[in-house]
Amino acid sequence: MLLRRALSGLAVVLGVLTLMFFLLRLAPGDPARLLVGPAATEEQVEAQRRALGLDRPVATQYAAWLGRFAQGDWGTSLATGRPVREMLGGAWPATVRLVGLSLVLSYLLGIAVGAIQAMHGGRLDTLLSVVSVTLFALPGYWLGLMLVMLFTYRARVLPAFGAAGLDADFLTGWERVADRLRHLALPLATLTLIGAGGTARYVRGAMLDVVGAPFVAIARAKGITPMRVALRHVFRNALIPVLTLLGLSLPALFSGAVFIEAIFAWPGVGRILVSAVQARDYPVVMAATAVSAVLVVLGNLLAEALTAWADPRLRESER
Amino acid sequence: MRDGRAAFGAVVLALAVAAALFAPLVAGDPLVQRDIVATRFLPPLSADLHGEFHPLGTDRFGRDVWARLVFGARISLGVGALAVLVSVAVGVLVGAIAGYWRGWAGVLLLGLTDFSLALPRVVLLLLLASLWQPSAGLVVVVLGLTGWMTIARLVHGEVRTLAARPFVEGAIGLGAGGRRVLARHILPNALTPVTVAAALGLGNAIMLEAGLSFLGLGVQPPTPSWGNLIASGRDTLVNAPWVAAAPGVALVLVVVAATLLGDAIRDRMDPGQRGGGGGAAGQ
Repeated sequence: MLLRRALSGLAVVLGVLTLMFFLLRLAPGDPARLLVGPAATEEQVEAQRRALGLDRPVATQYAAWLGRFAQGDWGTSLATGRPVREMLGGAWPATVRLVGLSLVLSYLLGIAVGAIQAMHGGRLDTLLSVVSVTLFALPGYWLGLMLVMLFTYRARVLPAFGAAGLDADFLTGWERVADRLRHLALPLATLTLIGAGGTARYVRGAMLDVVGAPFVAIARAKGITPMRVALRHVFRNALIPVLTLLGLSLPALFSGAVFIEAIFAWPGVGRILVSAVQARDYPVVMAATAVSAVLVVLGNLLAEALTAWADPRLRESER
Repeated sequence: MRDGRAAFGAVVLALAVAAALFAPLVAGDPLVQRDIVATRFLPPLSADLHGEFHPLGTDRFGRDVWARLVFGARISLGVGALAVLVSVAVGVLVGAIAGYWRGWAGVLLLGLTDFSLALPRVVLLLLLASLWQPSAGLVVVVLGLTGWMTIARLVHGEVRTLAARPFVEGAIGLGAGGRRVLARHILPNALTPVTVAAALGLGNAIMLEAGLSFLGLGVQPPTPSWGNLIASGRDTLVNAPWVAAAPGVALVLVVVAATLLGDAIRDRMDPGQRGGGGGAAGQ
């Protein structure tokens, strides 16, 4: 099963590269000129044209592009002149750290809130529904700005930019860890809050679907305590659709991270992508898109494995 | 609570649409600026030296925030609605074809759907927005072309179940052609989930339009859109927080309204599926 998933993941990455190849040709202007930028000399344009093989048939060009990309030859940034591979190689761990942590935290928070809503009902349910739908509707970049206003400008307790202070190199031991955590706090809180809203809504629905099932009524009739019914009978069965959601919410969370990274100057792939798009730095845009696709595909594989591990029925049927 | 949600959603959306449609009646000119030094950064609920009242204050050029918000609603709501229309059209078409005529076309279309669903939408949006000159029209096309997948999946599922139902088989038995069966018998019955998805998608599209405009890749100033209003308030967060806060609050209200309306419609049509759902569609 995992092998099949890995193959389909590979197909997605290949698809992204193909899409980029053809989009570059659909866009107005000469692709070679786009890739080398407005300041390039005629010789550079000519060299790029040879590299893309624009005089050769499209199929050959496509194969050459794929080959170059697969070998890690992603060109140089038009804006900074640095090799694109080096820029992104330094950036992806920061993105994985931010997205991974907020995925875990937003799931814990969302599951807790959704479960309380489903089991408690009544006014508390209504109140928490209002909270979760509001969180769900909050644009990350706006929530981020508001948090910056409150915690950085008003209360002056948390930094708003970057992943570490300017003096990070001179800090030692715990001070360094504390500095990192303080910089992580606002971007992580923003991304977690907006993710938790959607998760809570979903968990509440999944648990309510299970609460009505006959086996829950039987468990209650047997005199099992409500807490135990909630945990052992309802939650366990509601967990399966929730874990399936994990794979679906990863692209959404990654999308959110793009804005958050841009707002908080978090040194990840999303920030590089946004500034490259604003500067029309095509080699970087292309490579950052590909790296995003790879990260999301890998994350989905992980989610699949986790779901299979949690639901024995799935393992049996897929074998 | 169920009716409360629908009523809240409908009222907020109706108010927003009305404000957008009658913008010149409920607010002054969003571009007017006179005596910048004397009229800029006025806090909400204050009047300037010309005696003009500013319910939401003024920005750094002395422009009325309320007027900018109301005129921005035209762009934000209009772009969102048009983008959802494009998504629905593409999604219904792809889902119907893939669901009704299985075979290589169906497999190809489903593969395309799953492929697009696996990508972060914002990354696709940025990629597309980087290749062409930013404008409101481009945002509609780009949002429409990245938002059709959930609708295609829903329609595909509905069409497949409906195609096996007796009334459809009856229509085929009476000699109705494939296209007629699809258009007259199957699709009208598959529209409920599409309506729900469209309502949820509207909130999403409005949010993403604002996001693109916020990054400077969508609607360009001086044309006000909620996204570029938030962006313009970003630099004055310290001394005039209301400039960024007002469009954000409006945005959240409208997205909440669209989401609640979608939830309420779904619950009314399909009591079996209560609450929840739609969590993965975010951003």
